[in-house]
Amino acid sequence: MTRAASHRQRSGRNRGQWSLLLCLLITVVSAAVQATDLDYQSRTVTVAMSQEPPDMNAITSTDAVSGMLLGHVMEGLLRYDPNGDLVGGVAQRWQLRDDGATFWLRPDAKWSDGSPVTAQDFVFSWQQAVTPAVASEYASILFPVQNAQAINDGQMAPSTLGVRALDDHTLEVSLHQPCPYFLGLTAFRTLFPVKESFYRSRGSRYAAEARDMLYNGPFALTRWVHGASVRMEKNPHYWGREHVWLNRIDVPYITEDPNAHMNLYRDHKIAMASSLNSESLEGALRERMQIKSYLDGAIFYIEFNHRDARVTRNRNLRKAIQQVFNTDDLVYKVMGSPGSFPTYTLFPRWLKGKQDFFVREYPAQKPELNVTKARAYLDKAKQELGVAKIPPISLLADDSPGGQKTAEYLQTLLGQSLGLEIRVDMQIFKQRLAKTGSGDFDMVVSGWGPDYEDLLTYGDLFASHNLNNRGRYRNERYDHWVAVAQSSLDVAERMHAFDQMQKILFADAVIVPLYERGNVYVQNPRLQGVLRRALGGDPNFNYASIQPEVSVNAETSVNPESRLNPKTRIAPGSGLTPNAHRGAGVILEKEP
Amino acid sequence: MTQFIFKRLLSGVITIWFIATATFVAMHAVPGDPLANDKAVAPEIRRNLEARYGLDKPVLQQYGIFLSNMLHGDFGISFTQKNRHVNDIIREHFPVSAVLGVLALIIATVGGVVWGALTAVYRDRWPDSVIMFLVVIAVSVPSFVFAMLGQLGILAMNEWLGFSLLPVAGWGSFGHMLVPALVLGLGTMAYLTRLMRSSMLEVTSADYIRTARAKGVSPLRIFFKHQLRNAILPVVTVLGPSIAAITTGGFVVELVFAIPGLGRFFVQAVQQLDYTVIMGTTVFYGAFLVFMVLLVDILYGFIDPRIRVGQVRG
Amino acid sequence: MTLTQTLTADDFAPLAKAQHPDQIVRPSLSYWQDAWRRLQRNRRAMWSLYLIAALLLFSYVLPFVVPFDAVGQDLTQISQAPSLEKKSLVVDTQPWPGQQVRPAELARLQSAPFDPATRVTGLTLVGEANTESVRLAWQPVAGAKAYQVYRHLLVPSGATDLGLPLGQTEQPEQVSYEDRLKLQNMPYYYSVRAVADTGEVSDYATVKATPRLAISVRAALSRGLITADQTDSMIGREVELQRHLMGTDYLGRDLLARLVYGGQTSLFIGIVAPLLFVAMGIVYGGLSGYLGGRTDEVMMRFADFVIALPFLLFMILFRVAMGIGPGESGVTPMLIAMVLLGWPTAAKLVRGQVLQLREQPFVEAAQLMGANSRYLILRHMLPNVMGVVLVSLTFSIPSAIFTEAFLSFIGMGVAPPTPSWGAMCNDGVKSFMSHPHELLFPALFISLTVLAFNLLGDGLRDALDAKMKG
Repeated sequence: MTRAASHRQRSGRNRGQWSLLLCLLITVVSAAVQATDLDYQSRTVTVAMSQEPPDMNAITSTDAVSGMLLGHVMEGLLRYDPNGDLVGGVAQRWQLRDDGATFWLRPDAKWSDGSPVTAQDFVFSWQQAVTPAVASEYASILFPVQNAQAINDGQMAPSTLGVRALDDHTLEVSLHQPCPYFLGLTAFRTLFPVKESFYRSRGSRYAAEARDMLYNGPFALTRWVHGASVRMEKNPHYWGREHVWLNRIDVPYITEDPNAHMNLYRDHKIAMASSLNSESLEGALRERMQIKSYLDGAIFYIEFNHRDARVTRNRNLRKAIQQVFNTDDLVYKVMGSPGSFPTYTLFPRWLKGKQDFFVREYPAQKPELNVTKARAYLDKAKQELGVAKIPPISLLADDSPGGQKTAEYLQTLLGQSLGLEIRVDMQIFKQRLAKTGSGDFDMVVSGWGPDYEDLLTYGDLFASHNLNNRGRYRNERYDHWVAVAQSSLDVAERMHAFDQMQKILFADAVIVPLYERGNVYVQNPRLQGVLRRALGGDPNFNYASIQPEVSVNAETSVNPESRLNPKTRIAPGSGLTPNAHRGAGVILEKEP
Repeated sequence: MTQFIFKRLLSGVITIWFIATATFVAMHAVPGDPLANDKAVAPEIRRNLEARYGLDKPVLQQYGIFLSNMLHGDFGISFTQKNRHVNDIIREHFPVSAVLGVLALIIATVGGVVWGALTAVYRDRWPDSVIMFLVVIAVSVPSFVFAMLGQLGILAMNEWLGFSLLPVAGWGSFGHMLVPALVLGLGTMAYLTRLMRSSMLEVTSADYIRTARAKGVSPLRIFFKHQLRNAILPVVTVLGPSIAAITTGGFVVELVFAIPGLGRFFVQAVQQLDYTVIMGTTVFYGAFLVFMVLLVDILYGFIDPRIRVGQVRG
Repeated sequence: MTLTQTLTADDFAPLAKAQHPDQIVRPSLSYWQDAWRRLQRNRRAMWSLYLIAALLLFSYVLPFVVPFDAVGQDLTQISQAPSLEKKSLVVDTQPWPGQQVRPAELARLQSAPFDPATRVTGLTLVGEANTESVRLAWQPVAGAKAYQVYRHLLVPSGATDLGLPLGQTEQPEQVSYEDRLKLQNMPYYYSVRAVADTGEVSDYATVKATPRLAISVRAALSRGLITADQTDSMIGREVELQRHLMGTDYLGRDLLARLVYGGQTSLFIGIVAPLLFVAMGIVYGGLSGYLGGRTDEVMMRFADFVIALPFLLFMILFRVAMGIGPGESGVTPMLIAMVLLGWPTAAKLVRGQVLQLREQPFVEAAQLMGANSRYLILRHMLPNVMGVVLVSLTFSIPSAIFTEAFLSFIGMGVAPPTPSWGAMCNDGVKSFMSHPHELLFPALFISLTVLAFNLLGDGLRDALDAKMKG
């Protein structure tokens, strides 16, 4: 505002010229870097990321942002196709047995320096991943492999890991017990190959810069300005390069502010903007943006502390809370987060059961909301605990919007309906994790994302031996069903085991499931084939393509009102009107 | 002079040591665990991670290692950005903050001087009231509100023009810096405007101005040659502290406009309990501030306004 | 001129002592009375003073007069703009089983091929649409595996503009959908299309619905809008909802109440922190200046160290280092951090003044006359330092309020659910585009407070004629 005023003051008549000059100047200096969201000619898509990738070394990497990039620039033995099915990646053929697996590698799979991807590259990276000194946090992913756990505990040498290169293109894996989900693991980043000679030549600088990595995926990192931008270009040595349509994925914006993402999208600077909340959604709708949603795999729940010193070890107290908690209210009204679904079980809706989705085959039991029953449970709990009033309960949550809203909602709800005093313990993420890990909570709002495509990645969470069982829930029957699911190769038996687990979780009120997190995002309709998924790096552009601009122009130039007004004029309640225009739909007025 | 500089340098070094120690103590008092992650890790891996970052040693030894590394100019490896050295992070991101800060400072100084002079010239008439009203708003509205409004303003402008005159966010060109720098410099600009105004008014009533006027010197000449030149001096003296305020106060602007500055990394590091980045950044900023203050002090020693004015007159 | 008056002896009698020969016309004014008079003449400063008083009344007295509920969640009125009166339908929210295709029919439909050109037919609303739920049903499509349901605020213009994907039906026989997601009293356009096993989609149908504002019996009961014996009779009737003068936030909490209690936090931190660190500064600086010599040098060196700490960085560090336990508001850690970092400025100011005063003739005179330290400090030093201190205090308050706002804004301030204006801004920013009031009101209060204290500070400085450094 001040600049404009100065022109008025200073240059009076010359104002027009001045501002023109200014415009020109700015345009000239800023035009060079301003690309648009989609460029059909150069096959470039421009997007934004929330964060600088923390660790691009696939062996140690654990976070989502690096996972997204690694999903483009690296490829494991197997990979996911656009339908989410496992298909051959570096491996051309494979065979899974009770005691192991054999993978035959493509002879044309190459690194970005042109050298072939060999079975030794897998042996090296897998051995690295379980080597204690490397301290890979995802080492446990490899534990189904023979000796992996013992090596990771420092009891055996890394060379004893049950994986061998029979020759350059044949990889032999020994499993220490049947592992029905092992093939899915080979698409996971910890099991990606790493070329030993290159890795050793870079030392501690491996994966610190774009030039300090070798790539075997459809794309290669060609530019990485820390905190500012990342660029991926088609890998000319990728065996399946004919099937990759895009030439370049440009990420010139890195910010965690979702509003900034939305504004960039609105300004046609990026082709998709993720994580719309109920607020930014309204603007997106009004501006007719294409809105999509997907489930990112994370399940959220309230976990109770089952340690002896905690009041929450009392089952009746937990049952009382379960009886009043209105998950629908939380998700639909308080969170109002479009795309998320209230859930009543630990298992997500997108994982397969016997033939169909597990949640369809074994529907979860919905707790009935009943304050009277809840109070009865509460009275029983007080008797058992021998107190007149339940002492204050601490509710740990992190300061993410979801955690904060859940905690504040629960605090008021339990206060009003049960007279419980809830002390919200809001911490930054790392402190929340530390407190959860050390058991310093009564209740905690937690979430869990999948590591591999099997119900077990959720199911074994509450096994007594699992380190991620932060509330130290112990139940022999639960452990038994986990053991069954771990080793059985019979699908029906495994699914029955998972159903038993969810029944125990409900009956014992071990957790209160909250929601399956969905992500609502806007995407340029010309951009197609982008995969949004819970596993294998999200989003993924390996199969993406751009529609030429012309056809879209024709579509968007149609004024929607002009097409639909004639139909809205039809008397309300006259039912369905045949409509010749495909895609126009039918409007049926029904006002209260 | 040399002795003065030497003494100041020595005290600067002690100050930096103090900052480093305070940071170290605060950092180790922080509850929580920098190595905590979504998924639990086996005790063995945990031990290896601790060994990697030297967390397995006694606190005093950690302090010693930290100090000696600092003397070598090495702040260690980041906890969250596994393969990056803190030195690299500072080297890459501080220039961004600095460029933004310098531009903000230029905008603030030029704006402050111009507006301040204008208000003094049009004292008690409408330009004065309007500008002073804007100044009051600029100091009273939190910076995050301005940052948001700035971004929405760009968006509205681009939509109205039909093409992208200015980028909404990001970093890389002059166009990216303009609005963020304006937002960042707004508070300082308001402060300098007030300062400039009062100093102009003081100068205007000075004897030599009256003398010049009586001698028939043209008003423009008086304005530029006498009033402005003399009134600017107090503004120059507060620039030192302003540099500090601006370069360290850019978190919000950097966040909203997706600028890869050091401030944003610091906030992120605190949220992630990234020990090495926090300590490195704090010590670096502390040292930077100490250095700036020292520099300004030494410069004042050379260009003390009274000395120069005396020489000109003599 | 001739002297005609004759003098008597009485005229030479001495006057009574009480009558002062040359009486000053104006009443004698102390320094403070004089300052107060000058301040009163400054209209801007006085208005600021009234504004500050009003803000304090608003936050600290108003809650005693009018009961405010800052934690109660009105889930029927989430993120509502300011409004006076709203009537709402009371509805009974029973789970809806939905509509299903009969198994025989389903088998026939499933075996038929899917044609992407077909359109969903018979899309209609089931029952009256209200903000608790909107129920849709439609005719099955041959070969469809599931149906996608979308919701838009505008009339859809094509297959990529159907609006928000609400979800997909879970069972193939299900031909209905219940929407409960943040419904508001405005028109929605629901579109439904069928999906085949192959992922192909059919043409869509759209229906318009304008949900009536409704509240569930359960919620009405718990919020005291109806009594327990009314639960059956009130269904289908209207009740008046609670009023929210300044609207509600994302949890349906009354914004006015949050502002009142947020003011308690913000003003408390904003005023108490400067009071504390200025008090500490007076003691430290006074002592240092008074003692002088080597002690003074060491003490001031230490103050310089603390000043050299980057303020915001250390605020964040200290605040995190102290941590916040369960149920704590986080006000204390912030206060402590502010005091730990804020005192040296005041200390240096006071010391400078004390050093100056020490050389003043009246202090020397008092010393010569045998005044002890206590007398010197209380009688001479303190009153003379107070002017400068008061002005510095007034100017510290806006920056303390900004610091609180800033820290809460980046999520390092007070812990939710404790309201503070800064924390409210942080919440409001997220929904600025759709519900600007959630950011504007707290930002306005911050701005007003800062403005008032700044103008008051200006006025005080002029009135006390205090020369401030920097």
